[in-house]
Amino acid sequence: METLIIVLAGVLVSVATYLLLSKSVIRVILGTAILSHAAHLLIITMGGLKTGGVPLLGEKDSSYTDALPQALILTSIVISFAVTAIMLVLGYRAYQKLGTDNLLEMRGFDDE
Amino acid sequence: MSNLAILPIIIPLLSGIILAFFPKKLTLVRLLSKLFIIGNLLVSGFVLYTVYTSGSIILETGAWPAPYGIIIVADSLSILLVFTTNIVAAACAFYAPHSLSDRKEQHYFYAFFFFLITGVSGAFLTGDIFNMFVFFEVLLMASYALIVLGGDKIQLRESIKYVLINLFSSILFVTAVAFLYATVGTVNMAQIAQRVQEVDQQGILTTIGILLFFVFATKAALFPLYYWMPNSYIEPNPVISALFGALLTKVGIYAIIRVFSLIFIYKIDMTHEIFIWIAGLSMIFGIIGALSTNNIKLIIAYNIIPAIGFIIMGIGIFNETAVSGSIYYLVHDMIIKTALFLIAGTVTYVAGTSDLRKFSGLIHYYPVLGWLLFLAAFVLAGIPPFSGFIGKLLLLTGALSESEIAIVIIALISSLLILYSIMKIFIKGFWGVKDASFQPKSTKGLIGPIAFLLALSVILGIGAEFFIPSIENISAYLLDPEIYIDSVLKE
Repeated sequence: METLIIVLAGVLVSVATYLLLSKSVIRVILGTAILSHAAHLLIITMGGLKTGGVPLLGEKDSSYTDALPQALILTSIVISFAVTAIMLVLGYRAYQKLGTDNLLEMRGFDDE
Repeated sequence: MSNLAILPIIIPLLSGIILAFFPKKLTLVRLLSKLFIIGNLLVSGFVLYTVYTSGSIILETGAWPAPYGIIIVADSLSILLVFTTNIVAAACAFYAPHSLSDRKEQHYFYAFFFFLITGVSGAFLTGDIFNMFVFFEVLLMASYALIVLGGDKIQLRESIKYVLINLFSSILFVTAVAFLYATVGTVNMAQIAQRVQEVDQQGILTTIGILLFFVFATKAALFPLYYWMPNSYIEPNPVISALFGALLTKVGIYAIIRVFSLIFIYKIDMTHEIFIWIAGLSMIFGIIGALSTNNIKLIIAYNIIPAIGFIIMGIGIFNETAVSGSIYYLVHDMIIKTALFLIAGTVTYVAGTSDLRKFSGLIHYYPVLGWLLFLAAFVLAGIPPFSGFIGKLLLLTGALSESEIAIVIIALISSLLILYSIMKIFIKGFWGVKDASFQPKSTKGLIGPIAFLLALSVILGIGAEFFIPSIENISAYLLDPEIYIDSVLKE
């Protein structure tokens, strides 16, 4: 099971890298979102995918799945959610002010 | 008693929250922010005193014992850096009202300023690697807001690149933490260090170490990963550039020092050899960048890279003299880079441009500013009585005792060229004929913080006899990770 999820995470990382290297701002932002999905999948896999009860003490199972990676992911999800929101607004403002969403047209300085 | 350790994180956090309530009342906000930052400086000074007189302060948050809860470790290195951070921040808080426009101040500048300090102090003090990631995000999130504050075209353009590269390296950080958790089964740094010594999976651990180095090197702007830094650091207001130049890259360097003196120390001949190479290349490429431009802000921004190179060189050599040189240079560089960014901001403000070809003869109108720049150039390049000299002397002595001749030569030549790159601002901008049509502007309030910071770095250099013993203690402490592990895990 771990192997399968790691291959999936690898596919997500390669898709994300491809998108990050493209010209359009919105594709780049989608790339970061997919990359953070890959990282989160990787955390849950690295914590171990052994079968056990959900980590709720009321369930009274003999063993539970590891609760720490789930807490780490939850923290990481809200952080990347916030950064994605910033990126989207930044992309929107840059489109309004600079009149382009092409990263190749966003380089250089006027005084150079 | 051990709650002292968290005060340098809590105070700026609460200050930021309080200041976010009334952003439009500028007189009150300015007064309060100065009071808060001085209060925080005094408190961290007191914590520093306590740590140096009675040893590290370990706070187990929520009374959970060490490997299970998050711990805050105020040891001699982290609290020294927190104190320096607060000195720099205090100078910036006094400079800010005279430099920023009212509109920028009203848009929550001071709130974000305090959140930035929270994140930096937290990253220095934490003893948990995932918690370090969270504090990195706290400071980065505040820096995203500060870098785009004002919303000029160039700022928007540069901040897209800045946010993107930092987001990418943060995701890599999370991935590296996941790998580390899978290998050693903990995120507490002391317990990681203990288990790394026990398990024999050194191949995968070295890979994780290099991955973490890649992450921190991106934050710290080391040689192959510095391309995002110079342009994005010069676009915001000078006081924001000064905060970034002094604090953000240094957090990355601190993380490298901590991780590679505590956790990944079993394969020094490979990992630390890489550091020496990267240090040399950072010095070369940074100084080429600084010499290539006529933009004074860009000259200062490029000068960050060789300084980071000097610090990482000490970690690479990894003997007691070189590591104490690194720590001394780190503290010196935080102070002097802030002063230089503030000077560059003031010069840009009075001259109306940051292009060196467009003005000259400023010394006739601003003698104090001119001589402060002159002094700063000497301090930065490491002319003997000043603080840059002591750090470099320790680093070079350490390098010579390990017969690393190549890096010594590169370091000496790059010091010379650093002096040249800063003196170029002095010679081209301040000397020369008096421009009769020039309209002098008031520099009220702008000179004070710069003079304060430069006075500190002069004291740091002249009073070196007083500071060196405690720096050497820190270095001995860093080279023996058992002390850290034992004090945290209490075994």
